[in-house]
Amino acid sequence: MPLRETAPKLPAEQYEKNFAEIEAALSESQAVVESARCLYCFDAPCTLACPTHIDVPAFIQKISTGNLRGSARVILSANILGHSCGRVCPTEVLCEGACVMVEKGEEPIEIGRLQRHAVDYVLDRGIQLFQPGSPNGKRVACIGAGPASLACAAELAKWGYDVTIFDRRENPGGLNTYGIAAYKTRASDAIREVTLVKQLGVKFLQNTEVGRDVTFFGLESQFDAIFIGVGLGETWDLTLPGEELHGVLGAIEFIEKTKVQPLHEVEIGRRIACIGAGNTAIDVVTAARRLGAEAVYLIYRRGEPEMPAFAYEYQLAKQDAVSFLWQTQPVRVLGTNGVVTGLECVRTELGAPDAKGRRTPAPIAGTEFTLHVDMVVRAVGQQPVTDSLRGVRGVELQKNGTVKIDERHQTGNPKYFAGGDCTNGGREVVDAVAEGMAAARGVDAWLGAARKK
Amino acid sequence: MADLKVTFAGITSPNPFWLASGPPTNTAGQAMRAFDAGWGGVVWKTIGDPIVNTSSRYGAIDLHNVKMMGFNNIELISDRPIDVNFREIYDVKKRYPHNLVIASLMVESKRETWHDMVRRAEAAGSDALELNFGCPHGMSERGMGSAVGQVPEYTEMITSWVKEVAKIPVIVKLTPNVTDVTRIAAAAERGGADAVSLINTINSLIGVDLETFTPRPNVGGKSSHGGYCGPAVKPIALHLISSVAKTVKIPISGIGGIGYWNDAAEHIAVGATTVQVCTAAMHYGFRIVEDMIDGLSQYMDAHGFRSIEDFRGRAVPNVQDWGDLDLNYKIVAEIHPELCIGCQLCYIACEDGAHQAIAPYNSPHNGASSEQKNGKKNPNGMGVHVPRIIEEECVGCNLCALVCPVENCITMKHVETGAPQMSWKERTQRNPSCAPPTPSGD
Repeated sequence: MPLRETAPKLPAEQYEKNFAEIEAALSESQAVVESARCLYCFDAPCTLACPTHIDVPAFIQKISTGNLRGSARVILSANILGHSCGRVCPTEVLCEGACVMVEKGEEPIEIGRLQRHAVDYVLDRGIQLFQPGSPNGKRVACIGAGPASLACAAELAKWGYDVTIFDRRENPGGLNTYGIAAYKTRASDAIREVTLVKQLGVKFLQNTEVGRDVTFFGLESQFDAIFIGVGLGETWDLTLPGEELHGVLGAIEFIEKTKVQPLHEVEIGRRIACIGAGNTAIDVVTAARRLGAEAVYLIYRRGEPEMPAFAYEYQLAKQDAVSFLWQTQPVRVLGTNGVVTGLECVRTELGAPDAKGRRTPAPIAGTEFTLHVDMVVRAVGQQPVTDSLRGVRGVELQKNGTVKIDERHQTGNPKYFAGGDCTNGGREVVDAVAEGMAAARGVDAWLGAARKK
Repeated sequence: MADLKVTFAGITSPNPFWLASGPPTNTAGQAMRAFDAGWGGVVWKTIGDPIVNTSSRYGAIDLHNVKMMGFNNIELISDRPIDVNFREIYDVKKRYPHNLVIASLMVESKRETWHDMVRRAEAAGSDALELNFGCPHGMSERGMGSAVGQVPEYTEMITSWVKEVAKIPVIVKLTPNVTDVTRIAAAAERGGADAVSLINTINSLIGVDLETFTPRPNVGGKSSHGGYCGPAVKPIALHLISSVAKTVKIPISGIGGIGYWNDAAEHIAVGATTVQVCTAAMHYGFRIVEDMIDGLSQYMDAHGFRSIEDFRGRAVPNVQDWGDLDLNYKIVAEIHPELCIGCQLCYIACEDGAHQAIAPYNSPHNGASSEQKNGKKNPNGMGVHVPRIIEEECVGCNLCALVCPVENCITMKHVETGAPQMSWKERTQRNPSCAPPTPSGD
C-alpha cells in the first residue's frame, strides 16, 4: 500500500551526498597536527570520562609519533568497537567534554576523529592485533551480535574461551549495523568492524534466534556460561487512535530501512511528523530531511530545555531545517482508506517537576490542531525484549523489563550473565561495550578459569 | 625613538642586523634585496678557491608543528670564482654605500695567499673582513675552517698574517667545536683581531632515515657530518658569547639561533654589538628583518634605551660561577587554581622527574577529595583536577612552571628564609670540611 503522498525523488547522487559522513576522516597530516595539540595529560580526564577508559593520551601520543598500529592497539584493547565509538560516541559529553582544552578556552582535542584515524589504519590493512588465548576448554554462548555481546565475546576469546554468538539478524553488529543514522556510520563499516572479533576465533551463527530457532535449554546443555546481550526490541506504541494506519512506524524500524535498503528506494512521505525528542528522534528527522521530505516536524510534549537529545544532535536537526513543535502532544493519527493523512495534536502546559525533576506536561483544552502529514514516526524509546527471556529459569526481570544483574553482571541464574541495553534500558554503544567487558570478567571469575591473556 | 645605529670595530652599521655568511649572502642580487628589506649589513658567503658542492646539502629537525627547530648543512664555501664575488661586492657597495659588506674569507694556510686575498677584498670595497675559522665540515678536512679555529696558535698566526696587510677591520669567526672557546678568542685578540664573531655552526649528524639507514642529508645513499644551527642553538651561543665577553676587550658579533628581535636583544645583553642571522632568513626570507628592527626599537623605547650601547652587555655581570650563587635564596612554586585546567602535567613531572613535591587532586595529601573541595568544573560541568604544591618539599626548581601549558598558572614565589646570603665559595671558606678534596700527588 503506498503512502498518501511521497517525497519527490532526488537525483541519485544527491542521496549519497546527503548521507555522506558528516565528519570526514582526518588526513595523515591533519592527524599529526591535531595529535600534537594534545597535552598528554597525566591521569587524564578524557580517559576517566570514557566508559571503557581508553588511554586517550597514550593513543594520541602514538599517532603523533607515527606509531598507528600501536595507537590502534591501545584503543582496541580497551574497546574492541573503538571504530564505531570513534564515529558514534557523544564525545562532547564524554572524552572531548572533559578535555582540559575546554577549561583552557580552546577547542577540545578531536579525540573521536583521531581514534577513527588510528583504527581505520589497521582495519584498512587487515592488520590483526590480538590473538585468541590458548583454549581453556570452556564454552560460552553470547546471545545477540550487538556491541555488548561483541565486546564480551572478544574479551573471553582473548582469554582462551570458545565463544559462539547467536544472532537473529542477517548481519552482526546490532544497532551499529541497523540502528544508527547512516551519516554517522554505515552498515558496511559496522560489519567490517566485526572482523576484529572474528579474528579471535569467535563463531557467529546469524539468522538464529535463541528461543525460536534454538532453545535456551539447548544452549545450557552445550555451554558453560551464557551472556545475554539482546538489546532492546521494537519501538513503544503510543496507544493513540489511528496508530494502526499505514504510514505509522517506529523509529528503529525507519532507521533500519536507511541502513539496509538503497537510499533512493526508502519510502518517505512528503511531510512527516516524528514524536519524541531523544537522540533517536534526531536520527529520524535528519534522515527524513536527507531523503527528501519537504516538511519534517519534531513533536515533543515538553519544552526545548527538557529535550533529552544532546546539544550536538539538536544542532544537526536545526541545520537540516526541521520544525520543532515544543509543548505539543499527539492526540490521534488521522487517515483515509487505511493510510495516514494527518496528526491531530494539542498544546501542553508544564506543571510541577516529577521525580526525575522534569516538568509534567498537561494538554490545554481547545488548542487542538491538525498537521497534514503522510508519515508518523514514533521515537519514544524501545520496548525491552521480555517475552523470550521470561521462560529462562532463574533470570529475573526488573519492573521496566530490563534483566536484573549483580555487580558481576550475573543474573538470578548463575549460568546467565547480561549487559548492554537489555540491562541498562538503553544507553550509548560505549556503555554497552564497557558492560560486555565487565560481564566477560564476571564469566571468567565465575568459571574460575585461569586467565591466559 | 631608539637609535639602532651601531659602531663596530670602527665601522658604522645602520642597525645591528647583519646577514651571516651563508646561502642568503651568495650573490649581489641577494645582498641588494636584503638591504632593500632593511638589513644593516651582509657578511658575504665565504670566498676562497671555488669548491664543488653535493646534492642534497641541508637537513632539519621539526618539533611537532614547528618546522626547522634545528637545521644543518654540509654546504661548503662559495662555488663561484673569486673575482666574480669581488666584482659583485664592488657593484653592491657602489649602490649601497651606507650598508656594510663584510667579505668572509677562507684560503689555504699560506701567508702570501692570505695577503693576496685581503688586498683583493679591500680593493673590491669591502667594509671589513671576517676570517672563517669555523666551518666544521668539508673545508676542515682540507686544513681550513675549524681546522684553524680549533688551534689557538693557528688562529693567532693567521690573524696576525691578515693584520700585516689589512687596512679595514678584521673579524675572526669562532667555532664552538672546541673545549674552551675563550682560549681561541684570546688567541685571535693576541693576533690583532679587531673583533670576533660567534658561534659558527656546531658539528652534527642531523638524523638517520630509519628505512634506508642513510643519515640526512642524503647524498647518494651516504651522508657526512655538518654544521648545526637554527633556533635550537641559541642557548649555546648565549653561553659562549657571554664567556668571550668576559675574556676579550674587542667587540663581538653574535650569531646563533636568532629568529626574532628578542633573540637579538638577548645576544646584545650578553655582549654582542651586532648580530648575524642565517637560518631564519633561509626559512622565511629577508622580510623578517622588518619586525626585528621594529620590535627591538619598541623594546628599547619601552625601557628607555636610546642606543644599543645602553643595554649591551648588561646581563654579563649576572652570569656568574655557580659557586658564587646565593644558596639561601629560596623560591617555591604556587599553583593558581582559577587558571588550572587539570592536566596534571606538573604533578607527574615533579613526581617522576623532580622532587615529589606536588600532590595530585585525589591524594590524601591534597585533602581526600579536592575535586569537591575546590569544586572546580569546566564549562561542560566536568571536574577539573587541581593538584597542590607541598611547600615543605618544594625545592623551587621551576620544572612544574616550565611544563605547565597555561601562562601564569604556576608561578614561583620568593620565600623569606631570614638567612643571610651564602654562596658555595663562602660556605667552603668558612667550613673547610665542605670543600672538595684538592687533587694532589698522594
